[in-house]
Amino acid sequence: MTAAQPIVEFRDVTKRYGDGPLVLDTVNLTVFRGDFISLIGPSGCGKSTLLKLVAGLNPPSTGGLSVLGTTPKAARDRQAFIFQDATLLPWLTARRNTEMLLRLRGEPETERRRKAAALLDLVGLAHAADYYPRQLSGGMKMRVSIARALSVAPELLLLDEPFGALDEMSRFRLNEELLALRARTPFSALFVTHSVAEAVFLSNRILVMGARPGRIAAEVTVNFGPVRTRELRAEPAFQEKVNEVTRRLHGVEEHGA
Amino acid sequence: MKKPAGWMIWLLPVASGLCFAALWLGIKRLGDVSDWLLPTPVQILEAALQERSRLLVAAGNTALGALAGFLLAATSGLLLALLIGASRLLRAAFYPWLLVLQMTPVIVLTPIIVLWAGPGFPGIVTITWLISFFPIVANTTQGLLSADHNHVGLFRMANATRWQELRLLRLPAAMPYYLAGLRIAATLAPIGAIFGEYMVGNAAGGSGGLGFMVYVYNTQIKIPALFATALTSCLLGFIFVAAVSLLNWAVLHKWHDSFDRNDH
Repeated sequence: MTAAQPIVEFRDVTKRYGDGPLVLDTVNLTVFRGDFISLIGPSGCGKSTLLKLVAGLNPPSTGGLSVLGTTPKAARDRQAFIFQDATLLPWLTARRNTEMLLRLRGEPETERRRKAAALLDLVGLAHAADYYPRQLSGGMKMRVSIARALSVAPELLLLDEPFGALDEMSRFRLNEELLALRARTPFSALFVTHSVAEAVFLSNRILVMGARPGRIAAEVTVNFGPVRTRELRAEPAFQEKVNEVTRRLHGVEEHGA
Repeated sequence: MKKPAGWMIWLLPVASGLCFAALWLGIKRLGDVSDWLLPTPVQILEAALQERSRLLVAAGNTALGALAGFLLAATSGLLLALLIGASRLLRAAFYPWLLVLQMTPVIVLTPIIVLWAGPGFPGIVTITWLISFFPIVANTTQGLLSADHNHVGLFRMANATRWQELRLLRLPAAMPYYLAGLRIAATLAPIGAIFGEYMVGNAAGGSGGLGFMVYVYNTQIKIPALFATALTSCLLGFIFVAAVSLLNWAVLHKWHDSFDRNDH
């Protein structure tokens, strides 16, 4: 591997909607290839807005933002977005939902069939390929959503609280599965979450954000290596890291108040 | 709300129907109302039996006019909804006028329709079309605009074209709305056809529809036959609504929440 290659660069980026208050204040951030970065902070800290800027769904108000060496919009076909709810189309089966992004890109049917089948197999849903979303549990829907996002082999995956609505056990399992998927199809990730434990388990960098105006208040590095198993959660070092991030988070909230 | 048991669902309407018939006969007996003003249910059934061949032919004619108007409304309504649903500009330009037209009672327009479309079948179909057209346009437009904004975000993120967004997202999302519009239209189409026949159908000559039979029986003062015509119209309406309900089921039952039996 060569020296760390920057794939997202925020330079003095601010964002406000119309004449509204400042949502993001002077964000400077470099994401390197291979990073798994979690964004954590109180509501109103602009973490979802930051994600939407990278996705090119909103433009920054001031400052410079480059994604994968180009503009966010031009980089769209090399990234994928996973929403808080699974955003599956209810009238399509799991298989057809998984194919949707490839279909929008005009990929031939046999090719997208093959890819979707392989991905559903990868997320453990080969048996449910012909189910409609309403027949799937929350965790299964999110797995289909992940399979759909990975179908386009994104270099950068943007996840906006994807597991927020799931129970704790499903969340833990999907955390582990996400890391396992990453070992097979490497992608960098920006991950918005409210769960400190989730952030520590998944990330190599955690950005603690503050609110009103939204800003990056602190960065915590997590050095547990790329291979992580569920046993990690029981280790003292893991708990220490959780405590450290929690302390930073409390600091931010007291400052904001 | 507590759900009534299965047998109750069948028994209750039968019981209330019997009560209604008893009330009917009671009023007739106590008030000494003549058969001419209010026939008995049995007399109505007798009239229906007696007139069955004429009523059947008439119902067939009405069904034809209603179906033609309905299909015209179903296609033109969808196309217009697509047009004004796809463009904010077109919507702003035409939607208010559509409402103005909807507020205009069709009865006022009838002479003009006859003047333009001609009497008989063309006039009947035009009236049916006008009456059943608006709920389809209004519902479908609503459906096209109410696609989930996260789904729209997903499509935007994937650089989907507007055509892809319309075909793969907005149109399927609008399906339940379109079908709800069709269901309203299915109740209106036979009414529109019968009204049309009553107003302009008698000029066609030959055998008319149910609306024409209303005119005929009225002039002949065949009151039980008028009630029998009402009964026939009612059955025709049922067939229309049942057909659309079947279509609704065929399109939606696999994925739409309205067909979800087990709550989870």
